[in-house]
This record gives sequence, C-alpha cells and structure tokens, in this order.
Amino acid sequence: MNLNQIFRQDATRRQALASGQVVPDSSRCVQCGICSYHCPLEIDVRRHAWEGRPVHSSHCLTCGECVRRCPRGVLRFEKIGLFDGGQS
Amino acid sequence: MRNYVIIGTGPAGIAAAQAIRAQDSRANIVLVGDEPFGYYSRPGLAYYLTGEIPENGLFPYTPAEFNQLGLRLIQSQVTAIHPAEHYLENQAGKRLPYDRLLIAVGAQAAQMKISGIELEGVVTLDNLGDARQILKLGRGARSAVVVGGGITALELVEGLQSRGVKVHYFLRGDRYWSNVLDETESRIVEERLKSEGVRIHYHTELAQIQGKRGRVSAVVTQNGERLDCRLLAVAIGIRPRTALASAAGLKVERGILVDEYLQTSAADIYAAGDVAQVRDPRSGLWVLDSLWGPAREQGHHAGLNMAGVPTPYIKAVPFNVTRLAGLTTTIIGTVGRGQDADLLGIARGDSETWRQLPDAIAAQSDFEVNRLRLMVGQRHLLGAILIGDQTLSQPLYHLVSQNADITPIRDRLLDTRLKLGDLVAAFWAEWSSNHATS
Repeated sequence: MNLNQIFRQDATRRQALASGQVVPDSSRCVQCGICSYHCPLEIDVRRHAWEGRPVHSSHCLTCGECVRRCPRGVLRFEKIGLFDGGQS
Repeated sequence: MRNYVIIGTGPAGIAAAQAIRAQDSRANIVLVGDEPFGYYSRPGLAYYLTGEIPENGLFPYTPAEFNQLGLRLIQSQVTAIHPAEHYLENQAGKRLPYDRLLIAVGAQAAQMKISGIELEGVVTLDNLGDARQILKLGRGARSAVVVGGGITALELVEGLQSRGVKVHYFLRGDRYWSNVLDETESRIVEERLKSEGVRIHYHTELAQIQGKRGRVSAVVTQNGERLDCRLLAVAIGIRPRTALASAAGLKVERGILVDEYLQTSAADIYAAGDVAQVRDPRSGLWVLDSLWGPAREQGHHAGLNMAGVPTPYIKAVPFNVTRLAGLTTTIIGTVGRGQDADLLGIARGDSETWRQLPDAIAAQSDFEVNRLRLMVGQRHLLGAILIGDQTLSQPLYHLVSQNADITPIRDRLLDTRLKLGDLVAAFWAEWSSNHATS
C-alpha cells in the first residue's frame, strides 16, 4: 500500500467517523461472518446485515473494516445528520 | 399443541422455524437433520477455505439463541416419510409424528462416474465436514486438480491456491461458465486466476483417476496426459436431495414440485430451499435455485403457511452476489443460455433462470476489471451482470424485477459510443423518483 492510498483511506475514515453509519443490503448477505469477525469492537455486524438494520450502535467507530472486508458488497456508509441521532 | 417437524437445518429450515415460532408460541418444533454441525453459513465455506474466516466465525447463532427459539434439534438421518400416517422414520427405526412437515434437505454435489472416484483424496464441497477434509488434504498436497464449473469450482480453485497448493483447473470447453458469463467475462476470471498461478487446462476431460494404497496419486486426461496430484476436487453441479420425497410418493421432477404455498403434492407436507422446484411467474416454468436468499424467503413463507397463515410465495427475479477470482460479481435476471459442458445442471449459488434468455441484445461496457452487461429486451431489461464496481447493482435489480419500461433509453443503451453506466444511473434517478421502490 503506498502513501497515497494510506492518506486516502485515513481521509475516508475521518469523514465516515464524523458523519456516517454502516448500512446493509440484506439481500446480498449470506451470513458468512467476515464482518463480525473483523469488527474491532466485536459488534455483531452480521446480525444487523441479515436483519437489514443499520449498525446504529454507539460503540461503532465506523472504522470501515466490515465495509472493506465484506466479499459481497453488503455494507456501505450512509451519511447521517450530525445532530439527528442517526435517525435519518 | 401442533407438532411441526422440519427436515434440514439450512437457511430454509431455520427461517421456517422462526416464522412458525413467531406465529405460535406454544408449538412443538423439531428440526431433524444429518448435518452434524447444525446451522452455519454454507457460502462462507469459500472464505473458510481461503483462510479469511475461522471455522467458529461461520455460525450466526449461539446455542443459547437456538434455545430461545424453543427448537428441538435431532441429529439423525430420516429414512422414510409416511404421508398418510403423518410420521417419519429415522435410521434407528424410531418414529417421529408430525402435523405439518417441511422438507428442506437441500442438495448435494453430483459425482462423476469414473473409475477411482472412491479413492481418498477425491473431494466435493457440500458442507463443513468436506471443507475440513479439503484443508486437511491440502496441507499435505503440493498440487491439486479441480474439475467442474460454476461458483463452487472457483471456490475450490481459489481456496486451494491460497493455501499454497499448485492448482490445475480442467475445463472441458474453451472457457469458464460459458452459459452464464459471456466470453469477455470468462476471460476476465481466467486471466486473474492465471495471474495467481492457477494453471487452466482447456479442452481437458478427466479419463481416469489413479491411486496408490487407496489414495489418489494421479489423474489421466482423455488426451492421455498424466498429472501427479494428491487431491482431486469435483464440482460438476448439484442434485436436489429428492430421494425421501420420491420414495414417499410425492411429485418430483428435478426437485420436489411445490405450489405457490410451497405445499407438495401430499397434504401437510411442504418443501423449500434447494430441494424445491418452484414456479417462476415470468416463464411459467418450475425451476430450481440454489441461492441463500431465496432459500430463506421460501423457508419463511413455508413456515407461515404451515402455521396457518396463507402466504403465497412469488418467486422473485433471481439475484446473487458472489466473488469470482477476487471480483465482486452480481448476477440479476437472465443473462445467458444453453448448456455448460463443465456442469451437469445447476450448481451452488446458481439459478436455472439465469440461462433461460429469450431474444435480447447485450449492451456492455468495460473499464479495467469493472464490467457491466445488460440484456436488453424489446421494452424491458431482462438481466444484468456487474463485475467489480457494484454501484448500479441495486438500481438494476429494481429496474429488472419491476419490469421498468426502458423505451426512452433503449436506443441509447445499444449505442456503443455512449457510456452504459451513466445512462443507467441517469435513467434510474428519473425512474426511481417517479416510482415508489422498496
């Protein structure tokens, strides 16, 4: 990974931290568990994905590990308003 | 108190149990199956083979969560169904009565008829037990041969290659998955496999498996070439496990025939998942799918119907996401036709519908490894395949499944000078604002 990629990844992460949540498309999910396995905070992302619920956990760092690792493109970041508690 | 029995512990069986429990808190629900590991992600075995996830990560539910559902799990092989008397029999000769029965036993890998197939070191990938065995054999093998097609063959190729085994992949024809992918797509996959070190042998058919002391030692091709190997992986398709249903006198074709309520030809017996042959409202044909999502949907609907909540199952446009040679790939609707010499029929992660293509013109665009192909009918999109960039996969699923009238952009879709992705994105923005989509 070159410096440019690292900077870009870091920038994406900071942006996501500020304004995003992880949103699943459950129709793409096969419950493989890679998302949950890689979550540094052990959030059961797979459960959210399977049930079609955004990862609306106060513990979620939106670090992007689950989004990046999912082999089937189940997860994505979605922007939320900063002061609406993730209800958008 | 009603007695529900579900044969099979895969996604259809579990979804049915959950649906029944939601309707009937007092019901007696029994799951019986020969799978020793219970419920886990079968598609996840691909990532277990590559080492991306450990075995214990494949299990979505803890035993405590199963207990909360109030299910009784029996690990046993059912040997007979007696529809008139409403009971099952297992291998120990024990009887298990039911009021409502669901058959959700899935499918199993088809096996080749060739001498040496019984040798140790010949493997298929049906379940976790198989995956464990493949990893064990792979640790002692310097080279392996994979024969077959579809998604499972690639899972085996990539799993073994990533474990440091030199993989020889035999294709009977001149390209990979020829009745679903077009030539460019096949080549994208093949080139990426080759760059990872996989050796693809085109126009190559297995003639003989040789062994030493009961173990595979080499294979011989029909061209007379001999290749040393300790592992031969076979993925030539799957067969729905219909034997129980046939013996019980249920109507069976390629799978167990079910009506729109997923009921079989026998009273109080339902079928769902890979074993069920379901009517496709678009073609009017009864077809097989081997897909995680539809299995779950069918199980859920069967459970509701069994619990007395009539809920017709309307088969949706088949849709699957997979990873081919490291590229995320979505297949929607019908994208190909005909036979693939490497497969006997349907494979895992596959749908018969994908290859029932009526007249359509293909429109495509490529950018490096990203590829978008649309099957353009007279007024509608009939199917789509996206390799790499997945931005348009949801829009295309809605446009295909909701029969969007593409007349306003049809000519432009077929104009090779224009960018297909941009056209679809602009059309989607307008179409979705005019239509309520889910």
